[in-house]
Amino acid sequence: MATETIPNATAQAPATQRGADFSLSAFLTRVLIQTILVAWAIIVIFPMLWLLYSSFKTDQEIFFNPWSMPEALQWANFERAWVSAHIGEYFLNSLLIVIPGLFITLLLSAMTAYVLARFPFPLNRFFFYLFLSGMLFPVFLALVPLFFLVRNLDMLNTYHGLVLVYVAYSLPFSVFFLTGFFKTLPSELHEAAIIDGANQYQVFFRVMLPLAQAGLLSIGIFNFLGMWNQYILPLVLMSDPTRYVLTQGLAYMLHQQYYMNDWSGLFAAVTIIMVPTLLVYVIFQGQIQKGITVGALKS
Amino acid sequence: MYRNKYRLIIPFLLPSVALYVTFVLYPYFQAMYISLTRWRGLSPNAEFIGLENFQRMVTDDRFWNALQNNLRFLATLPLITIAISLFFAFLMTQGVRGAKFYRITFFFPQVMSIVAIGVLWSFVYHPIMGILNSFLRLLGVETPPVWLGNPETALGALGAVVIWQGIGFIMILFIAGMESIPPTFYEAAEMDGANRWTIFWKITLPLLWDTVRTALIFLAIGAVDMFAIVQTMTQGGPSRSTEVLASYLYDTAFLASRFGYATAIAVFMFLMVLVLSIILMRLTRRESLEY
Repeated sequence: MATETIPNATAQAPATQRGADFSLSAFLTRVLIQTILVAWAIIVIFPMLWLLYSSFKTDQEIFFNPWSMPEALQWANFERAWVSAHIGEYFLNSLLIVIPGLFITLLLSAMTAYVLARFPFPLNRFFFYLFLSGMLFPVFLALVPLFFLVRNLDMLNTYHGLVLVYVAYSLPFSVFFLTGFFKTLPSELHEAAIIDGANQYQVFFRVMLPLAQAGLLSIGIFNFLGMWNQYILPLVLMSDPTRYVLTQGLAYMLHQQYYMNDWSGLFAAVTIIMVPTLLVYVIFQGQIQKGITVGALKS
Repeated sequence: MYRNKYRLIIPFLLPSVALYVTFVLYPYFQAMYISLTRWRGLSPNAEFIGLENFQRMVTDDRFWNALQNNLRFLATLPLITIAISLFFAFLMTQGVRGAKFYRITFFFPQVMSIVAIGVLWSFVYHPIMGILNSFLRLLGVETPPVWLGNPETALGALGAVVIWQGIGFIMILFIAGMESIPPTFYEAAEMDGANRWTIFWKITLPLLWDTVRTALIFLAIGAVDMFAIVQTMTQGGPSRSTEVLASYLYDTAFLASRFGYATAIAVFMFLMVLVLSIILMRLTRRESLEY
């Protein structure tokens, strides 16, 4: 398995040595390496595993036997988290913002990137650098003016307000990334479609967009995680508790615990949030790692 | 190639440029002005006071305290994260069994929201039900610290969570970089009888340098932020021992309604990130190695 994922000399080197001299020290080195890696894997996994099984326990069990498995599975914890603690509502709010936000981001950034990558016109470079400059500033700088702008547009505590803001802040990096991507696509198909009598819009939607699928997937995953996990923007622009998104709702629940004392419900709430993320991650982990690491280009 | 290409360019460009200028660029430029005013948000017109907000920062203890906390994060988090990630990445490119499993596992915290991670670790650190202290008691520590409730330990406890989350991501970056180093380099070094550590210091690290710089700047920018983790786990407490610039800014604007001063703090943070990036770029510049 290892040699499949790491096809280079360092991966093969021990294999060639193994035949010649399988020494004790080489064996001990391998044991040591595995011990270190297993130890870190436990440090990463165990807190989540503990959270998962604890979310089926009663408050008493959580408090007095932190390590024990649940005596009986308390499914009611999940019901309380979903209904009384409004996790269901927060979940829906997140979806209602992230799905349109992601769709519009991908559409607009692909259109913009396509034009900037493929059409020479006098202000082309100007617009490219205009978008690029947005990556220079931290979002904190915009916070106060953004709050008043959104308020003056009567869009505080609205879904469409937050959607537009998410899209706007996702554009710089998405346009930058996709412009690079569209430049690498071959132009022969493009020309062939024109000769076949396709108009410019058809060329874009039927030929170029499907060709850009891989790039759209990477930038889509990157933006999805960014929007789904966003905290500061909804905190400032969505102060109405019935419109909270998941991150806000979760932080709110934690801060309320000191008065409400429903720890098992809170454990269940975090599990509800963690498990779907985990499943999606395990299924798409290759693309997700690629999608996130494109973000490192950003700095 | 086309007749009248502007019939495509204009409708394709206009919506995104309009959104971007309205919600991103315009607020950024407005921020520069607001930072020079006294403004409580009630009257439509802010009162222009020049650099007074920045002068006030100099004597504002709460500002210095927050800045200090950011600097502590800045001095520790990037270096520790990079050192551990480099170590893991190097181990994992030595042909270990189960490398794929480790990659998937170590990376997972990066996908979770900081808020969810903050809540999870608030449980882990909890003095009664938390597994950390009950583990320490098993090891014989009689009175383990109340991690998040003690000004001495709270900042470090937050830093540990951020390192815990970041390692997988940085490690994946490094592994990708290491895999693109041509095998002939290693073969040559092994022929000369170099051991693993010599190979790491003389070959892997220099050839990986650009990736390390990218990671350093990325993590440094993160250490100037820290808002979500602080807000979730401690809200700046106990007694402001974990307050960072971003949380002070947030309180100043949205709890105390001092929008001018809050924006001045934001401008300071922006300049700090800018200067920091330039300094780090300069300090870490080396002859770039072509291969």
